[in-house]
Amino acid sequence: MPKLLVENLSKSYVQEGQRLPVLDGISFAVEPGAFVAIVGPSGCGKSTLMEIICGLEPADAGTVAVDGKPVTGPGHVAYMPQEDLLFPWRRLIDNLIVPLQLKGVPRHAARQEAHRWLPFFGLDGFADAYPSQLSGGMRQRAALLRTFLTEREIIALDEPFGALDAHTRRRMQVWLADVHRQMRRTVLLITHDVDEALVLADRVVVLGPRPARVVYEADIDLPRPRDILSPAFAAYKGAVLAHLGNGEEDPSAPAVAGPPPGAMAGGRRGH
Amino acid sequence: MWSRFLPLWESGFFIQRSGKDDGLVKGPLAVVGRYLPVIGLVVALLAVWEAAVRHFAVPKYVLPAPSAIAAALHGALPVLLKVHTPVTLAEAGLGLLMALIAGIASGTVVHSSAWARRTLYPLLVVSQTVPVIVLAPLLVIWFGYGMLPKLLVVTIACFFPIAVAVVDGLDGAHRGMLKLLRSMGASGWQQFVMVKVPAAMGSLFTGLRVAATYAVMAAVIAEWIGGDAGLGVYIVRSANSFRTEQVFAGIVLVTVYSIAMFLLVGLVRRWVLPWEAHLRAAGEAVKSIPVSSAKSQERSR
Repeated sequence: MPKLLVENLSKSYVQEGQRLPVLDGISFAVEPGAFVAIVGPSGCGKSTLMEIICGLEPADAGTVAVDGKPVTGPGHVAYMPQEDLLFPWRRLIDNLIVPLQLKGVPRHAARQEAHRWLPFFGLDGFADAYPSQLSGGMRQRAALLRTFLTEREIIALDEPFGALDAHTRRRMQVWLADVHRQMRRTVLLITHDVDEALVLADRVVVLGPRPARVVYEADIDLPRPRDILSPAFAAYKGAVLAHLGNGEEDPSAPAVAGPPPGAMAGGRRGH
Repeated sequence: MWSRFLPLWESGFFIQRSGKDDGLVKGPLAVVGRYLPVIGLVVALLAVWEAAVRHFAVPKYVLPAPSAIAAALHGALPVLLKVHTPVTLAEAGLGLLMALIAGIASGTVVHSSAWARRTLYPLLVVSQTVPVIVLAPLLVIWFGYGMLPKLLVVTIACFFPIAVAVVDGLDGAHRGMLKLLRSMGASGWQQFVMVKVPAAMGSLFTGLRVAATYAVMAAVIAEWIGGDAGLGVYIVRSANSFRTEQVFAGIVLVTVYSIAMFLLVGLVRRWVLPWEAHLRAAGEAVKSIPVSSAKSQERSR
């Protein structure tokens, strides 16, 4: 049985009296322990999809099921939005324990549990810092650790590295792949960065422009760590980009030809 | 907790301090230096005042010279401090506390209930258009010459800025943070305690600071209507006997106490909201972020 099953999901918003379809019959499955990336052009409704999966928004039609049971409200999937959303008034350690506190774990025990993970998330020695004293990468790792501490089996990441500079972004991707390998949670990653999806995921689901539907799905059968300069990687990338195709809204999407190999590490976002 | 963190902090690990002047000056002399322009202006104005009164031989009961006011203040200080100050400060302090409680309560109700926002909120706004000075005699008729009517005047004068600040602060809590908590299965009450209350604290203190500057003044106005002691009583008595220099001496103290209340709220704020100082320091650091990463942030929006 898949860990997460999304079936025939549709959603529209009503804006100024007009019905605006956002999602149009989206279906896909995520196996236990898998890392699935959802790629789509900007503004295609990826975040709406994520909020429905996390039980924050109702769908108009279709179902989301975790372990075969339909999701009717929040609390089943750990959700990490684009911004780190660390509380500026709490020190790092007290930000991390929020999900534990919500479950009724006493503060002291929760802090101890969070402390154990600090080295693994590269936050050792920063427990008592305020978020404003941390770098962007550290804040994002802290937000990810907070997400892990929800202790849910499915983690949904919505463009987690979107606000980081290209270099930090690459380092965070390598690190996230490592985290996933060691912690074996089921991960759902939403991104508009094809490289990011192909570096991290076992399976890539490509959404078309709004109203979003699944236009392409592929298992990424490449050894890890992934080499973004290898021909096999380029082949997958070509296929994904071809299906993203007419996503005119995304200025980075039509770069099928790609930049010269040396510029890859810098990402295409700057062009 | 803090002490463990201190060595790292002092090593400048988190924030690279620039060697340049960062606008933070230390030591009593440096503080004097910072306020030198305003001190100079005040001294100049006082000198002009003093010279004008002497030159035109203005009668003391019309406009006393600063030197006469200082002498009056010096002479009356024991009485002012022992008899009148405690009464006025007690009224101002207790009244402000009552205003704080009333402001937080009504602000929370208005924030939490759409019904209260439509009914109670407009009423609160309208109530503010009635001048406190008109209410004071009414309160004396109803509650006598004791402390209660004075407390009520201070409360009425101070509670509105607090209530508005609470409503704004609670309304302004970050939507994303609330959504994040909801995704973790937090109840409405947990969202309120974990995000809305801390998020509203800054706004609350801003309102409280405004209210604090009203508090002493409101207590003095309430005392004008009647009472045995208090700076307001002292000022009215002095005015009635044309001891104008004593009126000014009272005004000086009212001003000093108002400023003290204002500063006290600032101190409490720093103590209660320690993270704000770090946030400000980070705000300075943001300016030095390289353009490329600022651009990529823009793109991701």
